[in-house]
Amino acid sequence: MSTVALAPSDLEAPEARLIGAARQRGMGVFLLLAAVVMLFGFGFGTPAHEETTFTFTAPPAIAVSPLNMAARPVSIVLALVCAIVGLVLILRRKGRGTYLIFSFGIMLFLWSFLTWAARGNSLNFEAMLADTLISTTPLVFGSLSGIMCERSGVINIAIEGQFLAGAFLGAMIGSWSGDLWLGMLFGAVAGGIFGALLAFLALRYGADQIIIGVVIVAFCTGLTNFLTQEVLTPYQTTFNSPATFSPIAVPLLSKIPVLGPVLFDQNVFVYLAAALLLAINAGLFRTRWGLRVRAVGEHPQAAETVGIRVLRTRYWNVILGGVIAGIGGASFTIGSVGEFSADMTAGLGYVALAAMIFGRWRPFGALGAALLFGFAVSLQSFLAVLNVGIPPPFLSMAPYVITIFVVSGLVGRVRPPAADGKPYLPE
Amino acid sequence: MTTEAPTGEAAPQASSIGSEQPPSGDAPGQQRGKAAFVKLLRRLSEANVFVVTVLAIFSALVLGAILILVTTPAVLHSWGRIGSRPGAAFSTSWRTIAAAYSAMFEGSLFAPSAISHAVSTGHGWTTALTPISETLVSATPLILAGTGVAIGFSTGVFNIGAQGQLIAGALGALFVGFEVHAPIGVHLPLVILGGAAGGAIAGFIPGVLKARTGAHEVITTIMLNYVFLDLLTYLLTTAPFQQPGQANAISRTMPSTAILPHLFGSTLRVNVGLLVALAVSLGAAWFTRRSTAGFSFRVIGLNPSAGRTAGMDVRRITILVLTLSGALAGLAGMATLSGTDFFLSTGYGGNIGFDAITVALLGRNRPLGVLLGSLLFAALITGGRYMQAYTGVDLDLTTVIQAIIVFFVATPALVREVFRLRDQGEGPTRILTKGWGG
Repeated sequence: MSTVALAPSDLEAPEARLIGAARQRGMGVFLLLAAVVMLFGFGFGTPAHEETTFTFTAPPAIAVSPLNMAARPVSIVLALVCAIVGLVLILRRKGRGTYLIFSFGIMLFLWSFLTWAARGNSLNFEAMLADTLISTTPLVFGSLSGIMCERSGVINIAIEGQFLAGAFLGAMIGSWSGDLWLGMLFGAVAGGIFGALLAFLALRYGADQIIIGVVIVAFCTGLTNFLTQEVLTPYQTTFNSPATFSPIAVPLLSKIPVLGPVLFDQNVFVYLAAALLLAINAGLFRTRWGLRVRAVGEHPQAAETVGIRVLRTRYWNVILGGVIAGIGGASFTIGSVGEFSADMTAGLGYVALAAMIFGRWRPFGALGAALLFGFAVSLQSFLAVLNVGIPPPFLSMAPYVITIFVVSGLVGRVRPPAADGKPYLPE
Repeated sequence: MTTEAPTGEAAPQASSIGSEQPPSGDAPGQQRGKAAFVKLLRRLSEANVFVVTVLAIFSALVLGAILILVTTPAVLHSWGRIGSRPGAAFSTSWRTIAAAYSAMFEGSLFAPSAISHAVSTGHGWTTALTPISETLVSATPLILAGTGVAIGFSTGVFNIGAQGQLIAGALGALFVGFEVHAPIGVHLPLVILGGAAGGAIAGFIPGVLKARTGAHEVITTIMLNYVFLDLLTYLLTTAPFQQPGQANAISRTMPSTAILPHLFGSTLRVNVGLLVALAVSLGAAWFTRRSTAGFSFRVIGLNPSAGRTAGMDVRRITILVLTLSGALAGLAGMATLSGTDFFLSTGYGGNIGFDAITVALLGRNRPLGVLLGSLLFAALITGGRYMQAYTGVDLDLTTVIQAIIVFFVATPALVREVFRLRDQGEGPTRILTKGWGG
């Protein structure tokens, strides 16, 4: 190919574009099926007279009056719009914005679902969004950690373990010293230590990265369980009753109706996650450092040839990745519930990894995926209160089932960094 | 894609394959000499594996001891006064560790006093043999699930879903247990099959997903662990699984015809499940070394491209391996249900599924290695329970010790460096797993 200017899509193999078209049609069909469910399940499945109220109350914001909806007609209208969106996806030629259109359709579905679930009842929409953001925050830290490591060519499957270590030490130090910032610092250090262990064993000894990662998770689970029994439980008041970071309202911005309190009246972890997201995104794709990291992750031999120190880059990235996951872990304790309890991260480290894959190793892609999972996590508690007739175990299954669907269906064939997971042995 | 060929292991494998179909050109004497040489090489490399494993266990116990010391207030207190009474610090430390580890020994193998009592009086043999029986009982599911995980590993499939597959297997066995009514000779084999079938279904799902869509099994199997855990919680509160007349999430109980009989009298809990596990272990050893299917599994684990070129259907084999791996984990669930527990409750299976992974790594993915590894970890677990009961050191210490053992086993180069062992030219560590691309 000798053409000078190539659009990114021209670089893909023709067959890859064909798969894309098939996937777009698949999404369209999915939305049509969703529309059928909305029409007959949520629309005609709701008694005609029932109303749903969405409330939007949160202190710092300008008040918004609650939204009253007649559940049945709203769902029917939404179903029709969703069907149109699905048809558009099936009929249009492949182009940009497929995921955007698909997400719009999914949102219509969720709107209809919530209207049905909260029929004859009211739903605090504001609180639901806020809860989603809180569930999303650790996932963002986790997937950013994964991106840092994997862009440099090291698979970090130990995020779950780094979460646990960060959550544990964050709570313990935060409680013992009474200084939450110190707790956060030690949470970061705990994550960094396990990042360093992964880097050391994988880079110096060429050990299998996935195996080391799984064993780090086992180690951290065992160690935090052990120390919880031996130290935290007997000395609960000293070591396991930290305060939590309180929300900081950004002046003016937090007064924006609906979204203001959700985005601008949060604790420091949320702001930190946002800052890291922007920084890593810009760093990876706009700076010399990012270019080097990506070169190391794609073709270490070539990078070495032009004078980039492959192993040093990987060491730094994996340790930094551990630090980020450690901070994410600390957000489980001193960022939300305070005290540490055994196995409290409940596999969310792996969900973060799935978010990274779904987001195709890009920070904003991972954010989108993390929001989806975060919503699924927070939905459980709201639906449990609304008593919609779905058994609680199925609600708690939802984030995991969505992950499986996402990883197998929506993502399709992913293209990780070419040298991801392969040991680099300098000549 | 596997990167580095394992020189230490591949050499004997390649030659044993070669000796099954000897090239006609070679003189028979030369062939025999070569075979003997290869045998010697294998012995040497296995001696090395042995040394590394022993040192790994030793290091893990030392690190575990340090962990006990720094979490025992009395010890810390005595070290705080090291200036005035230096002897006390050391003796307190020693006594603490000795108490914990001797409790672990007595709880997992035997108590010398109980043995001598039994020998001199002729009574109390059951008491003396109970610890070892308990170790064998704990080893049974580990052998089964660990062998399944190991078969996956050696085919390049990283099955972390043993926990979920175990639950599915237990549900399958339970269902057959209370739905089928037959004499024990018919019923029990059906229950065993039910367990295997439940696990196989749970393994089939990630297998199909990987083969059809490329979804990485590490993610899907971990997610399925949580799904099955939730599914179990749900089923335990609904008919037909819930115990009738119970408000709690507890399943019905296995009828007497669906229970694995004890091997040595009613008080020692070691049961027929152990025989099933041993049979599976031997069968797996035969399968991976001698059968055609096992050979193609191994080829795909070492080099999928080569397998594809040779006409092997990599997708079909991926599905097959995960299904088989799941079936063995399902048998583990059956063994705990029909062997010792007799009913299911929420969070069933504890940590067995994850221990199975570490056991497979410890056994270097060979069925007989897994067997030995399972016995070791089972001894740690039963000993750990005893230790928790008698010295108050938390049982989770054993998880830490297990993880440390596997750290060292997975990085032999580290052990070699720490203990200044001679390099036996085993080359870089074998990479078992593949990146996300599949």
